[in-house]
Order: sequence, then C-alpha cells, then structure tokens
Amino acid sequence: MSAIKLTIDGQEIEVAPGTTILEAARQLGIDIPTFCEDPELPPNGACRICVVEVEKARALVASCVAPVGPDMVVHTESERVINARKNNLSLMLANHPLDCITCEKTGECKLQDYCYRYGVASTEFFGAVKDLPYDDTNAFFLRDMNKCILCGICVGKCQQVVGAGAIDFTKRGFGTNVSPGFEDPIEESSCVFCGMCIDNCPVGALIPKYVTGKGRPWQTESVPSVCPYCSLGCNINLHIKDNEVIGVSPDQESPVNRGHLCVQGKFGWDFVHSRDRVTAPLVRSNGVFVEVSWEEALDYIIDNIKDIQSRYGADALMGLGSPKSSNEDSYLFQKLIRSLGTNNVDSYTRHCHVSAVDGMMDAFGNAATTNTIDEVAATDAILVIGANPAESHPILDYRVREAAQKGAKLVVAVPEMIGLVDVSTAYLPLEAGTELALLNGMANVIISEGLHDQDFVDKRTEGFEELKKAVEKYTPEHVAGITGLEAEAVRSAARAYASAEKAVIVSDAGVREETGGAAFVRALTNLALLTGNVGKESTGVYLPYGENNLQGMADMGVLPNVITGYQHLQDQKVRDKFSKSWGVEISETPGMTAAEAFEGRKNSSIKAMYIMGENPVACGGDRLKVAENLENLDFLVVQDIFMTETASLADVVLPASAFAEKLGTYTNVERRVQLSQTALEPPGEVFPDWAVLVELAEWFGFEWDYTGPEEIFDEIASLTPEYSGISYYRLAEQGLQWPCPDEDHPGTRFLHEDSFSRGKGLFAAVDYKPEALPASSEHAAVCCATGYHGCQCLSETLSKRSVISAFKKGCCV
Amino acid sequence: MYEKHIMICGATGCLSSGSNQIAEALKEELEKQGIKDKYRLVMGGCPGFCEVGPIIVIYPDEVFYCRLKTKDMAELVEQHLIGGEIVERLLYKGPDVEAPARFYDTIPFYSKQKFNVLRNSGIIDPESIDEYIMRGGYRALKRALQMDPQAICDEVKDAGLRGRGGAGFPTGLKWGFTNKAPGDKKYIVCNADEGDPGAFMDRSILEGDPHAILEGMLIAGRACGADEGYIYCRAEYPLAIRRLKTAIQQAEEYGLLGTNILDSGFNFKMNIKEGAGAFVCGEETALLASIEGKRGMPRPRPPFPAQVGVFGKPTTINNVETLANIPLIVREGGAEEFKKVGTEGSKGTKVFALAGKVRNTGLVEGPMGITIEEIIFDVGGGIQGGREFKAVQAGGPSGGCIPQDLINLPIDYDSLTKAGAIMGSGGLVVMDDRTCMVDLAKYFLSFTQKESCGKCTPCREGTKRMLEILERISEGEGIPEDLDTLDSLAHSIKDSSLCGLGQTCPNPVLTTIRYFRHEYEEHINENYCRSGICKPLFQYVIDQENCNGCRACVRVCPVDAIEGEKKEPHEIDQELCTRCGSCIEKCRFDCIMITRVGSEADVGN
Ligand SMILES: Cc1cc2nc3c(=O)[nH]c(=O)nc-3n(C[C@H](O)[C@H](O)[C@H](O)COP(=O)(O)O)c2cc1C
Ligand code: SF4
Ligand code: SF4
Ligand code: SF4
Ligand code: SF4
Ligand code: SF4
Ligand code: SF4
Ligand code: FES
Ligand code: FES
Repeated sequence: MSAIKLTIDGQEIEVAPGTTILEAARQLGIDIPTFCEDPELPPNGACRICVVEVEKARALVASCVAPVGPDMVVHTESERVINARKNNLSLMLANHPLDCITCEKTGECKLQDYCYRYGVASTEFFGAVKDLPYDDTNAFFLRDMNKCILCGICVGKCQQVVGAGAIDFTKRGFGTNVSPGFEDPIEESSCVFCGMCIDNCPVGALIPKYVTGKGRPWQTESVPSVCPYCSLGCNINLHIKDNEVIGVSPDQESPVNRGHLCVQGKFGWDFVHSRDRVTAPLVRSNGVFVEVSWEEALDYIIDNIKDIQSRYGADALMGLGSPKSSNEDSYLFQKLIRSLGTNNVDSYTRHCHVSAVDGMMDAFGNAATTNTIDEVAATDAILVIGANPAESHPILDYRVREAAQKGAKLVVAVPEMIGLVDVSTAYLPLEAGTELALLNGMANVIISEGLHDQDFVDKRTEGFEELKKAVEKYTPEHVAGITGLEAEAVRSAARAYASAEKAVIVSDAGVREETGGAAFVRALTNLALLTGNVGKESTGVYLPYGENNLQGMADMGVLPNVITGYQHLQDQKVRDKFSKSWGVEISETPGMTAAEAFEGRKNSSIKAMYIMGENPVACGGDRLKVAENLENLDFLVVQDIFMTETASLADVVLPASAFAEKLGTYTNVERRVQLSQTALEPPGEVFPDWAVLVELAEWFGFEWDYTGPEEIFDEIASLTPEYSGISYYRLAEQGLQWPCPDEDHPGTRFLHEDSFSRGKGLFAAVDYKPEALPASSEHAAVCCATGYHGCQCLSETLSKRSVISAFKKGCCV
Repeated sequence: MYEKHIMICGATGCLSSGSNQIAEALKEELEKQGIKDKYRLVMGGCPGFCEVGPIIVIYPDEVFYCRLKTKDMAELVEQHLIGGEIVERLLYKGPDVEAPARFYDTIPFYSKQKFNVLRNSGIIDPESIDEYIMRGGYRALKRALQMDPQAICDEVKDAGLRGRGGAGFPTGLKWGFTNKAPGDKKYIVCNADEGDPGAFMDRSILEGDPHAILEGMLIAGRACGADEGYIYCRAEYPLAIRRLKTAIQQAEEYGLLGTNILDSGFNFKMNIKEGAGAFVCGEETALLASIEGKRGMPRPRPPFPAQVGVFGKPTTINNVETLANIPLIVREGGAEEFKKVGTEGSKGTKVFALAGKVRNTGLVEGPMGITIEEIIFDVGGGIQGGREFKAVQAGGPSGGCIPQDLINLPIDYDSLTKAGAIMGSGGLVVMDDRTCMVDLAKYFLSFTQKESCGKCTPCREGTKRMLEILERISEGEGIPEDLDTLDSLAHSIKDSSLCGLGQTCPNPVLTTIRYFRHEYEEHINENYCRSGICKPLFQYVIDQENCNGCRACVRVCPVDAIEGEKKEPHEIDQELCTRCGSCIEKCRFDCIMITRVGSEADVGN
C-alpha cells in the first residue's frame, strides 16, 4: 500500500498506512504526552492524555491508537485539546496524593511533568480520594496504589512480557485498582520481582525500597554496566550517588535486553556494598588472618611461589580463574600463570558446563550458542527441552514467550509444569531423564516422514547414515514407552519443529556428564542439522551458561589446552606468536584440568594454587574432597571480594574488586563483547584486579606496563583473530559479537552461516540409556543459574549477600 | 388434532407471578374432566404484557385471559373449554377499555403494535423445533444456503436493517466487512448480554423463539464466511440458556447445525458462553475479551471486530433482536416486506421495554417512527393515577431524557440522537410530575459510574466527580458554577472516553440540563425540589383549608410527626418529619403538599 500523507500542526508528512498519529507526530519531533502507551504492548488507549483534534472527526481521538488517514489534518495543541488534557490532569490530581515533595519519583514523574507543562497546579474537583493500604510486604519494592493512575502498563508487562501474571485490574468504576488477585499483598502473588513494572510506571506508585531517601534523579550519575549474574549479559545502568549504587535501570536501547531485566539484574547488585567485603590483603599467621600491606602480601606470595616453583617445577603451580572476572582480568590471569611456565590454568565452574561445551564443539566445531538471543523472538517454532528459562535465563524466556505470542509453535518438553506451558502449542511432560529418547524419537519421525532438509544434509553435514541407523529403533511407539508420552505427541513435536521455516532449540548448558549430558547435547545438534536449522537467522541451538562471563573466560584461554580464541598450544605457530608478544617461553605441555586436580589424589602434583574469584569449596560436587585437596596444598592464594569458604582455607587472601568498581569487558552467551564502566571507587585497600595482576607480574619480574584495561584489550585483540576488529572505541558505542575480524566488520549475529567451524556438521549416533537420577540430597535442588535439577553448585557467593536471597534460593553466583 | 391450543406464558415475568402453578392446576383440572387429550398445553414465550400476568391465550379463539390464579382454572375449563363461553371475569379490563377486551387485538396495549421480532413469542412452543419450522422457520436459511454470501449481505443492507444493540450500524454493511476480511476462520457472536437494567426484550426473544436466533446466526455465518458462533448470554438468564441449549440440540439432530448443513457443504458450530453480568461486557470489544476468558474491558477500535475479533479472527457481533429479524428479511420477498415498515432511515420494528409511571408496562413492538405519544398514551394507556406526563428516559442508563414538549417525536435512530437521547436497547422509562430531574440524572449516572470498567481516565474519574456534584445539588449544597462544571465535564467525557459507555453516560445529565435547567437552578439557587424527592429541599405541609382530620396520615407516620384533633385540620411537625412520603400517598383528599422549606401551606410555584 502506498504512503499516507497528512498534516500535523501545519507540517506535512508521509507515513506508512497503519502508523498511529502519535508515531507520525514523533517523526516530526512533535511531543504528545502519553501515560499508557508502550511500544511493546498492544494498543491500550486508556489514559486519554494523548488526545488530539482531527479536523472533521466527531470527537477527539487518542493519537496513540488512532491510525493516520489520508489527508488528515491534525492539531496536537489546539485549545480544545489543551482543555481536554487539563481536565484530564485535573481529574487525576483530584484523586492523587500530592506528595511530590517527598515522592521518590519527583523529577521523572510524567504526571508531575505534564501538570507543569499545562500549568495544572491544583484541581477544581473535590470529593472522594482513594485510600488504599500501602503494600510493603516484600523485600524489593513498595506499592502505593493511591498514586497509581491506572495506565495498565505494569499489568501488560507482567502478563505479556514476563508471563508472571502477578497483577491485574480489580474492581470497577471509581474503585478500580491494580493488584494481585483478591487484593493480596504482592508477596503472596506469583510475582518474580523482575522489576519490570517499576521500570515502566509513569508515576511514583511503585518504588524500589533501596532508593528511599537516597537521592533525586538529577543528583545521580548513570553509569553503563553489565549484569553480573547470568550469561545473557543484560545491559544495565547503575545509578550512583556519593560512591554508592542507589538503583539500577535496564538499558532501553540494549539489543540484548531491550529494557527488560530479571530479579538478579534489577535487585542483585547490592552485594557490592556488603559489609562482608574483604577490603585489605590478609595473611594467615598462626592460624588466623591478619591484615597486611600490599607489599607484605605480594612479598609473601612471590617468596612462596618461587620456592615451590624451584623445588617442584612450574607444573606444581595451578591457577583457577573465574567466569565472573572480566575478559581483561581473565586474560592477564592466564598470562601470568602461563608466564610462570605452566599451562595449569582452568576454572572449576566450567565443570558444570563441560558436556555442553564438548557436545557443541564436536558437532559444530564451536562450543558457543549459535545465534543471538533476540532472534528467538522472530522464529517460527521453538523446542524448549530440559530447561526452564524463566528460572535460569529470564530474558530468554521473555523472547520465547514473545515468539509464541506472535504465533510461533512452542513445544515444551519438561517433566514438570513450567510457566511457558501457558503459551505453548504442545506440552510434553516426559519422564525426567528421558529427554534423549524423545530427541531420538523426533529424529526418527523427521527421517521416516522425509521432513529433513536433504539438501542441507547432503552439502553441509556428515554421518547421516549412521544417525539414520541409530534412530531406527526409536519409533514414536518405542519412545512413548520410555518417556511416558503419547506416540502421537512425539510425532507432532517432530513435525512442528521440522516443518517450520525457522526453528530454534532452547535448553541449558547446565547438563552434567553423569546424566548423559554430552549425548543429550549431540541429540539436540542432530535435530538442528537434520532440518537445516543452524547457520541461519532465527534458528540454532541455545545452551546458555549460568555465569556472566563463562564465554569470555573460555575465550580468554583460561583453559589448560588452548589459549585465547581456542588457539591450540600444540600448534608451534601459536606458541611462537604468544612467546614473541609476551616475551616468555610458552610451555607445550597441556595443563591439568580443575577436575583432575581435585580428583582426590592426596599426592597430587599440584603444590600451590592461585584461585581468582572462584569458590570451589562451596560449589564442588564433593565439597569435602575439594576442601581436603586445598588443605593439602603447600600454598594457596585466593583473590575474592568475600571471605568465601575457599578463601578461608587460603594462606593469603587478596581483596578483589567488584564488577562496578572496574572498567572491563564481558562476553555474553551470544558472543557479544560488552564494555562495563567504572561506577564506584573500590572500598578500602581494594584495587581493580587487573592492577593487582600487573603488580604481581612485575614483582615476578615480568615487564608488564599496561596503563589500563584498554591496553590489555588491545593486546587481546591483536592476538585473537575472533576479537581483532573489536576495540574500546567501538564498544563504547555498543557491544560487538565475535567473530569480528576487522575494524569495519559489524560482528557476527549467528555462527556457521556458510560452513561450520569444523567444516561439516557432524551427526552423532547417541543411544538412550536409563540413568539413575542423581541421588537427591539437600543440594540437589534446582540450580538457579542453569535451571538444572540436581545441580550441586549452590555457592550463593554473591546472591546470599544480596536482597535477592529473599526470593531466590540456592544460587550459583 | 387438538381442539384448542392453550398457551400459558412460561417466560420469566409470568413464571415469577406463578404461571407454573397455573399450568399444574389447569392440567389437573383437564385430567379430572377427562379431556386432557383434546387440548395442547404449551408454556410459551412472553406476549409482552407481563404486568397483567400470568397470562393464558386460547387459540384459535385468540381469547386473552390475564391476572390468573390457580383457583380460576376450574371455571376456565368448565365454562370456556367445555361450555364454549368466554369467562368475562378473567378478561383484561382497564381504564383504557370500556368493556372487558376479549381478544388480543381489542386490547389497547396491542393496538399499535406490529409483530416482527415477537412473531412467534407466545404462539409457538419454544422448545419445539417442529413448531418453529411449521411457522416458516429455517426456510430463510435454506434460501441463504443457495445464495452467494455477498448477495445475502446486500439483501440485508438493502432491507435497511440497523443493529438493535444500540449503535444502529447497518447490519448488511457489517457483514460485508467480515465477509471481505482475509482469513479462513471467522466467527459470529450473538450479543445477549442485555446489561441495561430495564431491558428484557432479548431475554424474551431467547426464551420465546430461540430458533430464530440460531437461524439468524446461521445465515450470518453463511454471509460472513464464518463456521462457528458464540452466544454470549448473561448468566442471570437461566431459562434462556436452557431453551438455547435445547434448541441447539434439536437443530443438530435435524442437521441444521454441525457439518454439511442441508447438504450444502456449509458447517457451523454453536457455543454458548455465560457472561458474568457486568454492563460493560455488552460493549463489543469487552465482550470479545470476556469470551476469551479475560477481564471484560473495552479496547480501542480499529481494529474492528470484523478484522480482529474473538481469538484474533474476523468476527461479526450482532444483537439478539438484530438476529431475530434476519429470518424475516432473508426469506423470499422478505426484504421488500421489511422495508415497508418504518421511517426513511430506520426500517422495520423495534421492541421497547415500557416501564415507569405508565399504566401498561411490558414489552412493546412497534414500527420504527411510532411517536412517544402513541407509545405512552395508546399502548401504555397514559400515566398512572392520571398524573401529568413529564418526561421519558429513552435508551437506558446512557440514553437521554425527552420532555413532554417533544411528545410527537417519532422514535427512530436519528430523531432520538437529535434530541440528545439514543435508541440504546429500547428502554423507555416514563416519568410523571413527581420525578425530580436531578435525582433522575443522579440515578442513571450512579449506575454507569459503578459499571465503568475503570480503564480510561475521563470515564472512571470524571463520572465520579459529576456524580458528586449531582449529590451535592440534591443535598442543597450546589453552587451556581456547578452547572458549567457539569456541562464541561460531560462534554470532555463524551469527547475523550474510550468506549461507548463513557461516550454516552453523560447523556442523562446533559439532557436534563438541556430540558429542565430551571429545576437544577431551583435546587441550587432556591434550595427547592419541586418534585418532592430531594429530601433537604422541600417539606410536606398539610393544607389547612381542605384537611378534614381523617387521621389516615397520622396512622401511617412512622415518627408521629402529625398532630391535630380529630376532624380538625392536622399539622406536620417539620422537626420530626423524615420526609418518608407515607402520608402523601395515604391522603385521599390531596391535602398534603410539597412546598419550599420554611414556607407555609401555600404551594410554591
Ligand atoms: C456500554 C455498552 C454496553 C452495551 N451493551 C450491549 C448489550 O447488552 N447488548 C447488545 O446487543 N449490545 C450492547 N452494546 C452494543 C455493542 O457494543 C454492539 O454495538 C452491538 O452488540 C452490535 O450489534 P448490532 O449491530 O446488532 O446492534 C453495548 C455497547 C456499550 C458501549
Ligand atoms: S507520583 Fe508524581 S505527581 Fe504523584 S506525588 Fe509522586 S512525583 Fe508527585
Ligand atoms: S516485579 Fe515483575 S513479576 Fe512482579 S508484579 Fe512487577 S512485573 Fe510482575
Ligand atoms: S502502578 Fe504505575 S504502571 Fe501500574 S497501572 Fe498504576 S500507574 Fe500504571
Ligand atoms: S537475565 Fe541474566 S543477565 Fe539479564 S538481568 Fe537476569 S541474571 Fe542478569
Ligand atoms: S469509557 Fe468507561 S467503560 Fe469505556 S473503556 Fe473507558 S472506563 Fe471503561
Ligand atoms: S412524610 Fe413521613 S414522616 Fe413526614 S409526616 Fe408524612 S408520614 Fe410522617
Ligand atoms: S497514551 Fe494514548 S490513551 Fe494513553
Ligand atoms: S412474561 Fe408473561 S407476558 Fe411477559
């Protein structure tokens, strides 16, 4: 259809049919007030503040919902319009507590702004005013519905975007209210405390508890940062006043989270100001920690490490890095350990994800989740299996929900009812642990019904015949017997996935090898390869990690066998490149993995360990064994922000800086490298970790003369092909997804477009074996980071020092 | 063959005045006499004159018996059925007829009526599909199934049928939109929410002629390309719902619903959805939300239901009465016939719910264009107690108040709108000189105010403030600026509300101000309510000239405020009097008068 021409306030404009008058006016830079309009919610038209006058129309029209018409003549500030707006505001004020002086919203309240704009200082109406009880039952926010203007945005966000459905309109007429059912307190509702209602409320009806009395919006500085919890890496702004975070808001423009957050991102940052922070170096003396100067601490470390190195050789040293550290810190960490002459560098947390990593690596040649989070919203079919993204990766859950609402087929295969089932087209409540059988059954149906993409299989894959043979016996009937599902359900799930133009698989990287994790991941990749659902926009396999920078840590080479960008140490050229750059000899011997180091050999060859930001004692599959191993070390250095269970076993504890206290980059699950700015001065004797590492290196005698994280990053980029086009300069603008080979490259939204990282995609014949489920113990709860049942990695290092512990229990981070 | 058909009104009104017991008694009597098999007893639909129920009509004689009691049955059987003599005692008598009226058409209440929609009500057994078919039912469907869908839309458009749910949108045009909307799944929704508290025509139709609705929906389905229908009926109508369920079952058995209807390849599935009864759920977009299981709240249009309706699919929503007209129009030659009745812009008939201070209340079906006078005085028999006609509220709570001067106003969509009222559902509440116009406006506004869904600011907040002002005025606390404030609020609510409720609910206030401004001014400036309704603004005074001391008033006064010697004029102690109004009702000599507060027995104004 052709463009529509209209006139707004005397200016002519042409817009596409279906554009609202409001959107057209915005294109002309005309500001029409709005309370209830939200671009991601369906047309609402409730508040009526946006009314405009359209010549020849009977009544005023709400510009936010009225589409433009040919030759329309619109007046946005005519006398009739202004009168209606004044009346509207006056009506709102008549039923509003005029608390602006103490109200937390002052300065960014739309009601206040519009009253100012139209000179509505008081109201001509008097009579009844709402007198509703204040709801402050929960740990996170206050609900003062007397200030609510009933725009309905919170209801829309909560029901549609989040899917929590905690609140709705109640009652009618003047008594209309927004609240949980039966006007219960929010604490007793299905609220997940994502804060989405708070972030979008146009007035001061919903107020986060932490800000109360702490500062006005114009007194705070807003610093861009990245959420320190899960691997989606949501973009947040930290609101800083007097070196204190007093609030967090989502980045509305972020391509990752588009203004959305979950409870962790919204409320989980307060551990930064915890009184438990380690604020000075500590050295164990006669069994107790005493505070020492940095010089003393470094001296002590150098002496001991050098001693062990000379007595047992460099391979008696080991470093454990952290998936919470920034890329720069991780890079320097492995550089330091490798500079000491060993490749014993790994991370304990990786352990939880190793089968996912291996499975993806073997099938595609790259362990990373294939596509961008946002692409999920535009796909045609989704298989959610063995995961509950609402628990583990809420933003991903929002995208799945969005796709389903737009009409995508959604198959949810999980043993227990989860929220996504509400919007699903099929729910497959299979027996726990039988996922692999279902996936094989789907492959069977796809092949036997000829639903696979023969062309893709022929050109881009290998091992099809083996797969075909292997899944032959997994007929829907056979699979039904194993999974407890109807055979027909298996068939229709396969058809839904295979016959869609674009289809996505969502699971979780938190699958453990003991329960067949790698085989499960291979079965997922088999489906994607069969149907050509990889290497294209809005397809792929999503296996997000629990920790914010697990991807970046691995990218940075905190791995015993590869160095940055998965460059193999076996490769002489690689070693030469790094030796030349670093000015040290790089050992050819592959390092020991964390799992090997903790396998429980009392006479392990490791004598000294440097653990930066990990808490394996609290996180270990077998806590006692880890603790025992650590106690048996000759020397243990732990660098952390808290006196963790692990730190308490150390000989030296170095204070670490929290994410808000340093400049650095983090790489999220979609390979997006993102810059997080310094928002706070670190407390006490705390320095940014990179600076500590640089200091240590110099005390060891290496010539590291970095002046800041940017220089470190430049070095990373120069040595790592995937990162070579990325720079702080570009990142200041927005995050970039690797591979990004040169400065003009826009980054890569999805992997494997023309060929797989390993050449051809590899099918795998994987057999279902009935597994004993992990014995239930007090730790075998649902892992918050991975949503995985039976996770034992509930270290809660950050979360237990945050208000979010009131809501989320048993968190890995 | 039966000798006679005995139609006992089995609709809600008469059921509540005891028609079930009457039927039992009649059956017993017939059995006793051993003549049970000669007569066919039917619990039929409402013939409209509920006020004089329970009603029995005997066919083919067309004799109309009313206000029946169980004990009358023996006489009726003996004298009429066996003896062939009409029982005069049980016929309709009223001030509007000289001698008892024997037949339907001699009763003034029926004199000006024209039955289209109520054609079968009270004539057939609503639980029998055969009787419906015998009276020509489903023939229009058969014809429609042989027609091109667009041709059906055109025919309905050409007949000039406008929606009876209130807005009066041309039905054929609406169908055409749905027909042309892209999509292979479409719906027909029958709006049987009937939220207007005074209206009950939709209930009557559903109870009395449910197959007409099914047929109407099927034809609409054919015309719009829809294969599924919802009847959204308020849960307070259990009898209607039961009759609909029976009708659906019968139609399915006859192959008139389901797959491949009458071998035409046309399929249609019918669902009933019970509504929770909020007034706003009758608004079409709120109704759609309610069918989908969401809170009944209106949403902006466009998109119109014809594009995006129930479950996101193109949908036609029609009112019950609209649909009941369809079989008449779509039968052979029906459109021409239909057009003959009515005015230029409003064709056919309309069913009104006549209520208030009029002698004959009930359902009235009249041709469009019938005047207010004809309805109130010819059909309605004038004002109760011979008082003065003051005004009529047309169109339910969001309608408008039409004064006595406009008594010749023809009732059709355009004339009503011009007068500031609306057709609405067709409610007509008649008021006499004892009705206070401020109170009336307050009454209707308090209804719509409570029923506002609460979504949009002007309606939710504005109606509350208007109501508060009216409350103040009727308590004697009005200020001169109030009228301007009311006027400007009313206009901005009409101008900027989201849905029809907000856009029309100021009508009673605006029309009473327009036609009875002096009464408002009297309230505000003179502290006087001439109708004796707003308690702080008048007093009762006993006319000292005429009071003969009968003491009738003294006996009813609950607070002993009336004093006086027997056979001497009495007086009311204004300190004690609560203005309960009991005495004025009781006094047979009209000596108790409404006066300004503080004035003596001389009647104000
Ligand atoms: C507040 C409100 C209440 C309504 N209630 C009813 C109702 O009870 N029954 C009805 O048929 N239409 C009602 N309507 C009108 C409907 O929105 C709609 O116009 C009608 O059902 C369309 O059918 P029609 O074209 O056959 O009249 C109501 C409208 C509003 C604004
Ligand atoms: S919500 Fe806005 S208008 Fe209301 S008290 Fe707070 S700042 Fe003032
Ligand atoms: S915090 Fe989130 S879940 Fe809770 S009410 Fe607000 S939007 Fe809903
Ligand atoms: S609480 Fe805020 S967002 Fe929710 S309806 Fe009220 S004003 Fe709107
Ligand atoms: S989804 Fe993950 S990254 Fe985003 S706010 Fe939640 S925990 Fe943080
Ligand atoms: S006009 Fe009234 S009933 Fe209609 S949407 Fe607005 S608040 Fe609800
Ligand atoms: S109005 Fe009521 S209280 Fe007053 S005198 Fe009459 S009967 Fe008594
Ligand atoms: S912004 Fe348009 S109605 Fe609220
Ligand atoms: S209910 Fe019997 S006449 Fe209306």
